[in-house]
Amino acid sequence: MLARSVFDCAGRISAVMTPAISIRNLYKTYANGHKALNGISLDVQQGDFFALLGANGAGKSTTIGVIATLVRKTSGTVAVFGQNVETHVYETKLNLGVVPQEINFNHFEKVFDIVVTQGGYYGLPLKLAKQRAEKYLRQLGLWEKHNQQARMLSGGMKRRLLIARALVHEPKLLILDEPTAGVDIELRRSTWDFLQEINRAGTTIILTTHYLEEAETLCRNIAMIDKGEIVVNTGMKQLLQTLHQELFVLDTYSHMVAAPSMPGYEVKLIDESTLEIGIEKGQDLNQVFALLSERGISVKSMRNKSNRLEQLFVSQLKKPQENSGQSKQETKSA
Amino acid sequence: MSALTTAAKPASVFSSYKFIAYQTIVIKEVRRFLRIWVQTLVPPVITIALYFIIFGNLIGSRIGNMGGYSYMEFIVPGLIMMSVINNAYANVVSSFFSQKFQKSIEELLVSPVPNYVILLGFVTGGVARGLCVGLIASLISLVFSGLHMYNIFITAFVILLASIVFSLGGFINAVFARNFDDISIVPTFILTPLIYLGGVFYSVEALPEFARTISHFNPIFYMINAFRYGVLGVSDVSITFSLSLLVTLTIAMFAFSLRLLYSGKGLRN
Repeated sequence: MLARSVFDCAGRISAVMTPAISIRNLYKTYANGHKALNGISLDVQQGDFFALLGANGAGKSTTIGVIATLVRKTSGTVAVFGQNVETHVYETKLNLGVVPQEINFNHFEKVFDIVVTQGGYYGLPLKLAKQRAEKYLRQLGLWEKHNQQARMLSGGMKRRLLIARALVHEPKLLILDEPTAGVDIELRRSTWDFLQEINRAGTTIILTTHYLEEAETLCRNIAMIDKGEIVVNTGMKQLLQTLHQELFVLDTYSHMVAAPSMPGYEVKLIDESTLEIGIEKGQDLNQVFALLSERGISVKSMRNKSNRLEQLFVSQLKKPQENSGQSKQETKSA
Repeated sequence: MSALTTAAKPASVFSSYKFIAYQTIVIKEVRRFLRIWVQTLVPPVITIALYFIIFGNLIGSRIGNMGGYSYMEFIVPGLIMMSVINNAYANVVSSFFSQKFQKSIEELLVSPVPNYVILLGFVTGGVARGLCVGLIASLISLVFSGLHMYNIFITAFVILLASIVFSLGGFINAVFARNFDDISIVPTFILTPLIYLGGVFYSVEALPEFARTISHFNPIFYMINAFRYGVLGVSDVSITFSLSLLVTLTIAMFAFSLRLLYSGKGLRN
């Protein structure tokens, strides 16, 4: 595996190094004939915080399963830090931590034991495994529960336990399959902070999520997968720049029964005092306020609708497969 | 990472990281059956005690001698072997299937632990429970009858290999099982009849010719007789043949189990 120059999303040379993950022509057809992966090729650079998005059944978890060797590929290659996952099993697995989508620990084991045992599987001596378990359980706010059976934890805590378990051998690459599914906002935010912290410390992170805000907040690069094919693979900023329309939410002092008619603007009534307005690139916000004022509507506050990525996600997955060729071109320039 | 990479080089067949992984699996398995001791250790104790009271003491006193020993003394090796076989099998089948069912086996599958270390770890857990229950059964037998020891090496060798064979049997059952019914079918419909018809309670000499011939197709018959030979010095069959069969079964079942793990049967998509 040749090392090569890579560029971050701002276009700077960020490193000359082997990708953390390099996938080439990956195909997977299950025994029932379902084609889950249809020739995926993907590079994730070292130190990246990378989002892998797709609808349910698109092939995200299968891709992760192949990387983690839980799923047998039909053909293609997967390399972790330049080493083939099939021929360099020990080295690649040592560099890899996986947080699965489903809770998959023994619920009757103690929290501390789950993490220490995982350390043992990676060859950590007991003393070191205990130190690491304490370190990560503390960092993830689980230390107070370390002596309890895992079944006693809340849903959010169970997900954080999965993260602590995946980190006990301190992998260079962490793959998280929907790590904050069903987690309340406070815990989700603190999990984001933790992930950003370990990413800053050098851990490459690949994240799949259904919370597109999560991907937009955390990730620098993104791939979208649909029907087993990569349809977008680019930098997050570049992708968001392709948005032709931004959505704004306006809270008003007025009480409305219908959305006001504003030629040239897409206006939706969210509730009697809240409007959502789509503003195309080049359109003027002052014009919006003027039109609203003319209609006797005064604005109390305004905010950008955060899920910009959601619009792109939906539009990309609606596009026919011809897009994939164009998107692959974007990859090379990203 | 540095401590890990320096302490854990995958150079030899059983290098330090593999040994730590093996040790981890064994500790986890032993801790599991000790944690649920009411389910794992108490029932066999009660069952064995009942066998001694009913078959050995009450009915046995009317049967008289068998193979030159009192009936109670004659059935002791068979009962010990029965408890070892059942518990070695039950430990691995229930532990491995539970981990497969709740997917916690993925903890192991994503780690660098080689398949043979995984297999050795689970088998050692099964052997540990089998021997633990076997020891308890031996102690109970002392309450009812004296425990002879004709050849301690043969006794230890047979009990060890038999517990390995049935741990492997439990493992194979767990790999193929798709639900909890599948892990009770084999013990109920295959293992129990084979044990009872394997000469735990009688000498094959007491059977009619046809039944005696059928008994020779039952592998457990050879294990019980080999163990009885080690304890009492009497056997219905050649001890050399019994030991050879036991060794062959161990190797064949280990190889088959390993092949199942490498193929990912029931574990990897």
